[in-house]
Order: sequence, then C-alpha cells, then structure tokens
Amino acid sequence: MSGLIFNLFIFVLASFVGFELISKVPPTLHTPLMSGANAISGITIIGALVIAGQVDQEFAQIIGFMAIVFATINVVGGFMVTDRMLEMFKKKDKNDE
Amino acid sequence: MSNFLPPSVQAVLPNIIQLVYLLATGVFIMGIKRLGSPATARSGNQLAALGMFIGVIVTLFDQQIISYELIIAGIVVGSAIGAFAAKKVEMTAMPEMVAIFNGFGGGASALVAWGEFVRIGAPTMLAGQDLVTIGLSILIGSITFTGSFIAFGKLKGFISGNPVTFPGQNIFNALLTVGTLVLVGWLTYDPSSQLAFWLIFGIALLLGILTVMPIGGADMPVVISLLNSYSGLAASMAGFVINNNLLIISGALVGAAGLILTNIMCNAMNRSLGNVLFGAFGGNDSSESGPAADTDKTVRETTADDVAIQCIYANKVIIVPGYGLAVAQAQHVLKEVADKLEKKGVEVKYGIHPVAGRMPGHMNVLLAEADVPYDQLYDMEQINPDFKSTDVVLIIGANDVVNPTAKTEPGSPIYGMPIMNVDDAERTIVFKRSLSPGFAGIDNPLFYKESNQMFFGDAKDSLQAITQALNEV
Repeated sequence: MSGLIFNLFIFVLASFVGFELISKVPPTLHTPLMSGANAISGITIIGALVIAGQVDQEFAQIIGFMAIVFATINVVGGFMVTDRMLEMFKKKDKNDE
Repeated sequence: MSNFLPPSVQAVLPNIIQLVYLLATGVFIMGIKRLGSPATARSGNQLAALGMFIGVIVTLFDQQIISYELIIAGIVVGSAIGAFAAKKVEMTAMPEMVAIFNGFGGGASALVAWGEFVRIGAPTMLAGQDLVTIGLSILIGSITFTGSFIAFGKLKGFISGNPVTFPGQNIFNALLTVGTLVLVGWLTYDPSSQLAFWLIFGIALLLGILTVMPIGGADMPVVISLLNSYSGLAASMAGFVINNNLLIISGALVGAAGLILTNIMCNAMNRSLGNVLFGAFGGNDSSESGPAADTDKTVRETTADDVAIQCIYANKVIIVPGYGLAVAQAQHVLKEVADKLEKKGVEVKYGIHPVAGRMPGHMNVLLAEADVPYDQLYDMEQINPDFKSTDVVLIIGANDVVNPTAKTEPGSPIYGMPIMNVDDAERTIVFKRSLSPGFAGIDNPLFYKESNQMFFGDAKDSLQAITQALNEV
C-alpha cells in the first residue's frame, strides 16, 4: 500500500472519529470547543520544528522559523484563551442562593 | 538532542517517536471527548494541551533536528504573542481572536509545505503524490490565512461588514479555484517549475480574500466555523506532506469539528452553506423597506418601574439575550436584575438562540463571564415549549431571532429560520435603542403585537434603571 493511500485511510477514519466525538457537544460549549480545536490545529508546529531544526537549507530554516512562530501563537494563545473561558463556566452552587 | 542517547536507543528512536505520537493522538481524542460536557471541559482542554506538549517534546529528539536556536527563538516569540493576546482579549472579541488564531494556524501549515518544498532542494526527486500534497497544503493553508484575516477585519470593523461584491465574482472565484487545481497538476508534471509553485501560492492567498469579502458580517459565525475546519484540513495536508500521522489525525479531528459547527450555524439560520458563501446576504439595500412599516402601526412603550413590577409579580421570566446586549456591555447588570428577581422567588431562565452571538456558543461565554451559571442557560429547542407557561419574556438586544415573519411570511428573507417562540408568552418586553431593523434588515411584527411592550434606550442604562426600580418595590 503506497504512503498516500495509507495516509488517506488514516485521514478518513480520523474524520469519522471527529464527527462522532463532536456531534454530541452541547451548544453552551461551542465557542470553547472551536477555540480548543483551533489550538489543536496548531499541531502543524511539529512539521515546522523539523524544518527549522535541519541545517541543509538555510532558506528553509527561515521559513520553518516563521512557521514555528505562527503555529505557537495558535497553540499557546488557543489553549490559554480556551482555559480562560472554561474557567468561567460554573454550575449553580450554594453560595449563589 | 538525541546525541547523548546510547546508540542502541538511537537505533530505535524513530519508532519510539512514532509510539509517543500515537500516545499524543489518544490524549487529543480523550481531550476532545472531555470538551463535550461543561463539567469536564476544562480538564479536556488541558489534556489536549498536554497532548500537544508531548508531541512537541518528542519531536525535538528527531535526528533530523540539529540546530535549536531558531526553534527556541520561534517558540519564545510565538508563546509571548499568543499568551499576551489570550490574556488581554475581551470576551466580546472572542470571534476575532479565534479568526486570527485560525489564520496563523493555516499560515503555519502553508509555510510547512513551502519549507518542505525548499528543503528538498531538488523537487524533481519528489514523487508525484508528494507534489500533489504540497500543492494542496499550500492552497488550503493560504486560503485559511488570508480568509481568516479578512474575517478578522470584518469583525473588528476595519473592513466593511457589508458584502463587498463585483459583477461576475462567483464565476471569477470558481475560475481561480479550478486554475489553482490545474496548477497543482502542472507542478506534479513539472516539479522544477517555480512559476507553477508561486502561482499556486499567490492565487490561493488572493482566493482567501476574494471568498470572504462578499460575505456579510451577520454570516461571520458560519465563516469562522468553516475557516476553522480549513485550518484543520491544512494541518492534515501538512501531515500528508511530511508523512506524519499525528498531524493527519489531529487535523482531521479539527476539520470535522469545524464542519459540524458550520452545519449547525447554517441550520440555525435556515440557509445552505452555498447561500452563505455565494449569496452576499445582508446588504444595506434592504433597509428601504423598513420605515414604511411603522407608519400605520403603533407600539406600546413601557418604563423601568412598570417592567420591574411586571417581573416581580411573574412566576416565570425568560430572558432572551442577543448580541446587542454584549455590545452594550450589559451582561453584568442583567445578571444583577436576574439575581434580584430570583431572591423575590421568580423563576429565571435564559433562552439562547444558536446565532445569538457572533460565533457558535458566543452568548453562553458572555453570560458565563457575568457569572450566570450554565445550568440556567437553555438552547432554543429546550426553551421553546416553555414560553407558553411564561409570564414575562425580556428580549434584550435581539431582533431577528424573535421575528415571527420567519414562521408566517414565506416572502421574508428569514422565512424558515428557526426562532424563539417568544410570542407564546403572556407578555414580551423588547429592549431596543429604536425601531430600526436588525441584521437581516427586516421589520419585526412582534413589536406591534398587543402583548408586546417596548423599552427604548441603551440596554445597560435600561437594565440599571430596572435594578433601581426593583430596589424600591
């Protein structure tokens, strides 16, 4: 099985897992879900690390550096702001009554 | 970084790295699962962050990575910007924040594909399938990048929220899209062609701008959800380029999440995705039909004291907030009013339409910020049967989502959009600055109903007046 076909299998199966996982999320959580998922899409940082860390091609290194900056903004900002939001979600407790 | 390891470990290191990626994948899936319930959501997000951390750390052991200066510099700069933005952002500005983070994510994926193309140096050595994935990765990543920045500009008001269109735009965009796909084919056929590569890059960046410009401000929830999906796809594509399953899987999960939310938003507005993307909905031109309506109909105005008394004598009050509430920064005062009413034994619930804010679930976050407990917030489907047994409904800064023409007039632009059935309640009170129509630019017959009263003015001032009145009753 060629690499591309194998990767396609992984992609399609993961998409189904994603649909299953997310279709049950209540509307209350849609914004944190989106910003959390957004942070996860910064996983592309892993590709950026390899490109910035090799030493064969200097120009590629610079591109890799930019990719790391972009992806890290996405990852760090995304997870932090999601945490900030979710911290505010509270159940009604006794102190409120 | 792997040099200090004994040679026997180094030999199996690539396999270890892959196994840890598998672990990170599992952690991501668990994290997203936990994001599905308010009680576990915070730990879910932290779990996902942990998965990311594991993935990054283990990648640093990759034998291809030799130099660490740029990596450290990039992470420091990116973290500082990301952390600063995350700490500073106002909750009302959440959609802009998500849009711009999205753009950076998409941009990073495009850069990874570009970097890989440059790194290989002699692209002619690449197999055709690799060139296809590089081309697609750059295409999707670049569209996400510029599209997200346009969405950000529209939400911030830097760029007109009205649809910006020119004749033949849809056809032009379609031609560009087909053109880039042809170019990807060209690049595969002739990998040494720098021209094909740069044309793909340039046109994709342009496409991101051109596809978001014609979409109106009111449709931004759909656009952000869709761009979120694209940023996931872009990460997945980058995974195809560098042959990394962790990227492919995580990207696919995000792509699915974005697609589901896009679909939910479209359903909530009863519009097809095609209509949102190509329909240029919500222009200024519709406002001319507005003034004609209020000449022959009368509205009943009310005062703070009157509202306070009606609410106190009610058994059940439902609050229907809209984006106008957030614009007026009135969430906190609203919570005060609700608290006072609850102390007097009135049952208070919040009914939230899916498009009440500027992105899916935005209103819930805004109310959470004002310490409204999430178990008091009800979705449209949950709350709609409740209106029949409700004495008073307070509609604050919402308009189109309570417009009965969505149910009654097939000619209305919002006909078929699911709405909050507020007119089932005994009394509705609309808080509004004026009688001007909402986003969709259409008059609202609810305002003229006998059971409805209007409380004109800024939402925050009005609610403050009601807290005062409640103190005196």
